[in-house]
Amino acid sequence: MNEEFLNTLGSIVGTATPLVIASLGETITERAGVVNLSLDGSLALAAVLGFAAAWTAQEAGVLNVPMQIALGIAVAMLVGALIALLVGFSSIKLRRDQVAVGFVLTLLAAELARFLGADFTRIPGPQITRFNIPLLEQVPILGPVFFQQNLLVYFSYLLMFGIWFWLFRSSGGLTLRAIGERPEAAYARGAHVQRLRYWYTFLGGALVGLAGAAYSLNVKPGWSSPPAMQGDGWIALAIVIFGGWHPFRVVLGAYLFAALRAVSSNIQTNGLFIFGQEISFPFVLLNALPWLLMIVTLLIVSGGLTERLLQYMPRAVQHRLRAFLRSDPPKALGTRFEME
Amino acid sequence: MDIELRNIHKRFGAIHANNDINVRFRHGRIVGILGENGAGKSTLMKILSGFQPADQGDILIDDRRIDYKGPTAAIANGIGMLQQDPLDVGAFTVLENFIYGGAEGLTLKRAQAEAQLSDLTARFGFELDPHQPIDNLLIAQRQQLEIIRLLALGVETLILDEPTTGISAEQKDILFDALRRLARDEGMIILLVSHKLEDVIDLCDEVVVLRAGLMVGEMDMPASDKDLTSALIADTKGQLVTMMFGEELDAQSRPHYEIGAPVFIADKLIVQDLRLDMQPISLTVHAGEVIGLAGLGGSGQELFMRACARIQRVNSGSLHFDGNNITGASYRQLFRRGCVFGAAGRLEEGLIAGLTLIEHTALVADDKLQIDWKSVAKRADTRIDHYRIKGAATDNIEQLSGGNQQRMLIGLLPDDPKMLILEQPTRGLDVDSARWIWTQLLERCARGAAIIFNSSDLEELVTYSDRILVFYAGRVHELPDVSRTSIDELGHLIGGEF
Repeated sequence: MNEEFLNTLGSIVGTATPLVIASLGETITERAGVVNLSLDGSLALAAVLGFAAAWTAQEAGVLNVPMQIALGIAVAMLVGALIALLVGFSSIKLRRDQVAVGFVLTLLAAELARFLGADFTRIPGPQITRFNIPLLEQVPILGPVFFQQNLLVYFSYLLMFGIWFWLFRSSGGLTLRAIGERPEAAYARGAHVQRLRYWYTFLGGALVGLAGAAYSLNVKPGWSSPPAMQGDGWIALAIVIFGGWHPFRVVLGAYLFAALRAVSSNIQTNGLFIFGQEISFPFVLLNALPWLLMIVTLLIVSGGLTERLLQYMPRAVQHRLRAFLRSDPPKALGTRFEME
Repeated sequence: MDIELRNIHKRFGAIHANNDINVRFRHGRIVGILGENGAGKSTLMKILSGFQPADQGDILIDDRRIDYKGPTAAIANGIGMLQQDPLDVGAFTVLENFIYGGAEGLTLKRAQAEAQLSDLTARFGFELDPHQPIDNLLIAQRQQLEIIRLLALGVETLILDEPTTGISAEQKDILFDALRRLARDEGMIILLVSHKLEDVIDLCDEVVVLRAGLMVGEMDMPASDKDLTSALIADTKGQLVTMMFGEELDAQSRPHYEIGAPVFIADKLIVQDLRLDMQPISLTVHAGEVIGLAGLGGSGQELFMRACARIQRVNSGSLHFDGNNITGASYRQLFRRGCVFGAAGRLEEGLIAGLTLIEHTALVADDKLQIDWKSVAKRADTRIDHYRIKGAATDNIEQLSGGNQQRMLIGLLPDDPKMLILEQPTRGLDVDSARWIWTQLLERCARGAAIIFNSSDLEELVTYSDRILVFYAGRVHELPDVSRTSIDELGHLIGGEF
């Protein structure tokens, strides 16, 4: 296969990684029944503070480069987790509306990021370096696309499989799904509903923070204003819905989105040629392409259509496909739980 | 295992829901827990199963005082409860639900659980596909799953809350067989909370009756292996009703009204649905007539009613109301012409949580730009008085008990409708409240209103309907003669035997 094409695919996987990590984080939070709407602001704040921490360590000459980056990542994850905890605390403890709180926090965090980032704008800092995986990088096609990346990208693969295993293969995952679907049933079977909701909100937020660091320390290194990742938080939220709260589909959605973005930016720089003929095209419309695709997919998987199709499938694959194709949100998503 | 409850007290605000309850449940016995709405039987069962703590009092298991908190602790002590709406997770498969709550360790050990599940289902003649999602199951199957799950957890006392609501006669027989075997063969205690006295007499060895938070009596039931004659059943029923209400209730029957001209005609109506294959339905309803729709939940009767009320899409066929073709009309247009729909979900569709009784009254008052709150408040008070609703006009609707919410719902109906389409008008109400509701409805019939209603209570259907339509998986069958149909026959019909 064309080497240039494989390189493009590889770079799509690389640039999609922050979206992958953020969407996976939001997936586990929402599976637990909590909507963390603060994503867009969290990403920016985590990105700038993570970068600032790594850069400061570099300037001060303390730590070696990997440790500077590790510090940046740790700070970013903490930022994301703390914002998520605020959402959790106000909805679980103070019984405020999750959507309202998340929305306010996203605005607040975004503004805070701009303010705190003023001193760090457009300066070079430490960057995560590429690290090819021996042997696997030699595999034709898959090697150059998936295994000539950096550690964060590899981590995102593990994360996807890990979350899938946890959700569908472990008893802890059953509890996680139950507290998002029917917390009363989870309570009746011994789950500490509130405590677990805190925990998964925290964990999901930490992953969102990690995604922020993945921007500022790798994909779009440094910090600029307006931030390069602006809007990606909302996209991640949409990808979770598109992905039907299933880790594989969520990751697929993130890659698809990044691919469409690459196509549209390619057209914008090189123009659109069909049979050697340049076609004039309003480029702004290209930006709407991913959303259009999302809506069409949602229409296909939602409604009674999938259930009807499933009836024609062999029994053995039916229930697996059903879990993969589902499009309903967790039933208790965004609701409060109180036991009398 | 023997259980003893000693001096149990529970208060909710001013209400003394359980007032010094003392009772003993012996192993191998099936005990009915009876009482009208608000008598405190649910509270007592919630205390026993760990869902609510008692304010005061002791629970003794085999003469040992046990202190537990939470339903899982109760299960660990061998006491499990099957809720009326089984506490399962709709998005899970049968197998996942079975595993959930019992599994230890990191992974799920599906194969092992599946073997145990099929063992238990085979033992009781239940039919459960381990890979079906719970959302696709009938309520009877969800009950079966929950019972099996609790058994697998080692429960020795099983509490069932209204388990015979919404299941067919055949499913009830399977359930009762299983319960009898658990009591006789394994010495389990079965506690049955039910409004259906026939079921209690059929299944139970003894009953405990609560009234206004107090325990007012205990009684042994006639042995079911002896021939239960209908005279004996009627006699026992009379005694139970007297204990429950402190007075004898007159047997209510449907007074005869003159049937008037046709008001509502459905002609070869096919309702659109993705899951059910709905067959064409033709029905003519006359003024003053009561049409009962029987069927297990989700057999098509709900869809048909909603299509009649014009809130469900129709594929083909036509609807006429009061001389007009209303096939394409909206519910609002129907409502203006005097056809009223009452939804089963009291707080979901019928009433609006967060609004007061006054505001509810204002909603059904005339459409004027400005609301005259004084006159609306007066009207609300009149309704509260007339419908004997326990609550104040300024209370939010969700503060009222279920029975009082239902009364308010009926109270909000217009006084002289031409037609009422009612989903389960007496769901969850005790005998007395249900009768009261029907008195109100039949008064409207006497003034010429037609009624279409559905119910999972077969006795209610047989008692009040002039005609009954039985639904099964989208097919419809009209009973030739309601007065000659027994409840048992109807129970088999809703299981699809037509």
